[in-house]
Amino acid sequence: MFLLNHLWIILALPLLGAAANGLLGKHWPKSAVNGVAVGSVSLAFLAVAETVREFFQLAPQQIPYVSNYFTWMTAGNFRVDFSLQVDQLTVVMLLVVSFVGLLIHIYSTGYMAHEGGYYRFFSYLNLFMFFMLTLVLGANLIVMFVGWEGVGLCSYLLIGFYFLKKSAADAGKKAFIVTRIGDFGFTVGILLVFFTFGSVAFGDIFKQVSTWPSDAMGQWGTLTIICLLLFTGAIGKSAQLPLYVWLPDAMEGPTPVSALIHAATMVTAGVYMVARMNPLFSRAPSAMLAVAIVGAVTAFYSATIGLCQTDIKKVLAYSTVSQLGYMFLGCGVGAYAAGIFHLMTHAFFKGLLFLAAGSVIHAMGGDQEMFHMGGLRKKIPITFWTMFAATLAIAGAPGFAGFFSKDEILEAARSGPHANFSLWLLGIAGAGITSFYMFRLLFLTFFGKPRYDEHKVHVHESPRSMTIPLILLALLSVGGGWVAAPHFAGGVDYFEKFLHPVFSTYAPADTSMPDATMLPGPGEEATAGAGMEIVHALTGWPVIVALIGFLLAWWFYIKNTDIPKKIAKSAGGLYTLVYHKYYVDEIYLAVIVRPLLWISTNVLWHVVDEGIIDGTLHGIARGARESGEEARQLQSGNARSYAAWVVIGAVGFTVLLLVLWTKVVQ
Amino acid sequence: MSVVPVSYYLVLSAILFGLGVVAFVFKRNIITIFMAIELMLNAVNLAFVAFARAWNQLDGLVFVFFVIVVAAAEAAVGLAIVMTIVHNRQTLNVERVDLLKL
Repeated sequence: MFLLNHLWIILALPLLGAAANGLLGKHWPKSAVNGVAVGSVSLAFLAVAETVREFFQLAPQQIPYVSNYFTWMTAGNFRVDFSLQVDQLTVVMLLVVSFVGLLIHIYSTGYMAHEGGYYRFFSYLNLFMFFMLTLVLGANLIVMFVGWEGVGLCSYLLIGFYFLKKSAADAGKKAFIVTRIGDFGFTVGILLVFFTFGSVAFGDIFKQVSTWPSDAMGQWGTLTIICLLLFTGAIGKSAQLPLYVWLPDAMEGPTPVSALIHAATMVTAGVYMVARMNPLFSRAPSAMLAVAIVGAVTAFYSATIGLCQTDIKKVLAYSTVSQLGYMFLGCGVGAYAAGIFHLMTHAFFKGLLFLAAGSVIHAMGGDQEMFHMGGLRKKIPITFWTMFAATLAIAGAPGFAGFFSKDEILEAARSGPHANFSLWLLGIAGAGITSFYMFRLLFLTFFGKPRYDEHKVHVHESPRSMTIPLILLALLSVGGGWVAAPHFAGGVDYFEKFLHPVFSTYAPADTSMPDATMLPGPGEEATAGAGMEIVHALTGWPVIVALIGFLLAWWFYIKNTDIPKKIAKSAGGLYTLVYHKYYVDEIYLAVIVRPLLWISTNVLWHVVDEGIIDGTLHGIARGARESGEEARQLQSGNARSYAAWVVIGAVGFTVLLLVLWTKVVQ
Repeated sequence: MSVVPVSYYLVLSAILFGLGVVAFVFKRNIITIFMAIELMLNAVNLAFVAFARAWNQLDGLVFVFFVIVVAAAEAAVGLAIVMTIVHNRQTLNVERVDLLKL
């Protein structure tokens, strides 16, 4: 029980690594920077592994295992402890974050080998690990918020890593400001939680809310408002409609950053938060519906944008937005475990896709344009095969990780307690499109004839430090879904069963968790069997649309490569619309950014700042200066004039006293 | 024997003090100004003594001794300053000494 009682060690390791590299790394050789960065994260991963081993020895009533270190702040009855906790959800997140984080650290030692600011990069990356682990370990909303904002900071720093490039610096600012909009809602939500429950600790909140009745559908109760506010934070952080615009731009950062922060871990913080706050969300059906709608619409919408992108990382970015939409769809229809399951498998296959894309870019000497690639399959076989596995996983090919998680979400959307047919339809359509654009990416990159100048670009396989993480992640992308596999044979879904306590302990009594089919008790085998047939009938659809997507992509980009151009021509306006990402950035620029700039410049700057604030201050300063100019005439330096002033003062004072004295006497 | 009333002393003290003030403000010679200060101090002494006598209290007399001591000290320091000024500027005119201005 040593590490379980000293959870802070998990946090201290990457923080120390970040501090060491950040403060001293400038003067160290690269091997020392590598050693500190990768070493601290490996130790953190080992600590997590040991923590998980100890966790499994706990009795069920000891979970969540909360460690309270010190009281951080108190004001009146507002009290925040620095406390960490471990429960099943934390265990899943810890393992995903530390393992994927470790692999990406190793990968980065190869990918960033020729970059300047090497120590800075690893310092930020370690700092990110610290904040991300804080986020998932925090036992109250405030500690979680520290991690939440911290990862945002690291995201900003790493997107703008090439800060001499204006587009990168701008993208960093955009990410920071857009997520800030969501964080405003999140902060207000936390405040409202405190005003409602008098505490910000998860345990206290959940215990209190478990006696509350659910809000009715469409009712604007306190819980619904809290949940909507918290979800606003998730929208910003997890890049959902309408705040998704920062994530595609975030691809300006180095590719390992895109893999770690903008695919595998940070952007899933919103999903984690919604799942963590499930006792509240489950009692606010309107908020749940909002989560599901935002998720499903985002999943479909950003998948369509992915269709027309030509930058390999941009395709993956829109794909990430889309997959995050699926996670929210899962949480929104009450299948939190499915959402978290997809979070996990997504961390594997999307992390892998980004790393493989990084390997491709590395091989191409920095070119990210897919139409400049082609025929890379033979030249970089490891990258090709791992990326192929990841593509199968995200497209939902049966047996691969994404197949299980996506199907669970879609199944819950179709037949779960909060089922919604139109959202399911959006999800299915999005799944088909996902399959199409992913195979389009694969075919454009690895198949066909090379479209680059073979004399100029020397395509080469990446070093071993990059390919080993690819292979490990590929294994997980292939096999990672099997923890839930027996479910499809009518057995127990181990993942769901493991997470069950988190999502059922404080669940409202009127919502039956879908455990009737998941965890068949004695005598319920018959119903479970009947349920399985429906399940089988419906899980067919995602596979069918994925197959259609694959065949279309094959037909368009391998068989008849001139078809896409013809379609683009005949679709005309629609194609232009999608190609330009629905002009959302332009619309935001015209509707929000420009008016804001105009008001800031013409009202806030020229009127309020220069006129009112500066006017007041300058007025006071001018008054002081001018009166001083007059008053300094008194100080002539002539002792006699001083004496005269003393006399005048004394006489004046005496007269005043006399007047007052006569008044008192009267 | 008729007793001189206190008010006489006070009026005399006020006149002396007023003369001292006027001399202090309007004279330019440092020595004269110095004498004006002595005049004012002694005008105050006179008032103290008069009050002490009128109320049969010793406090006023004690004050007078303090004032005399301070005046002596001031005369010593002040004359030293006057000597220095004369030494440096070859003048006794106080108008020429305006270094108090910043």
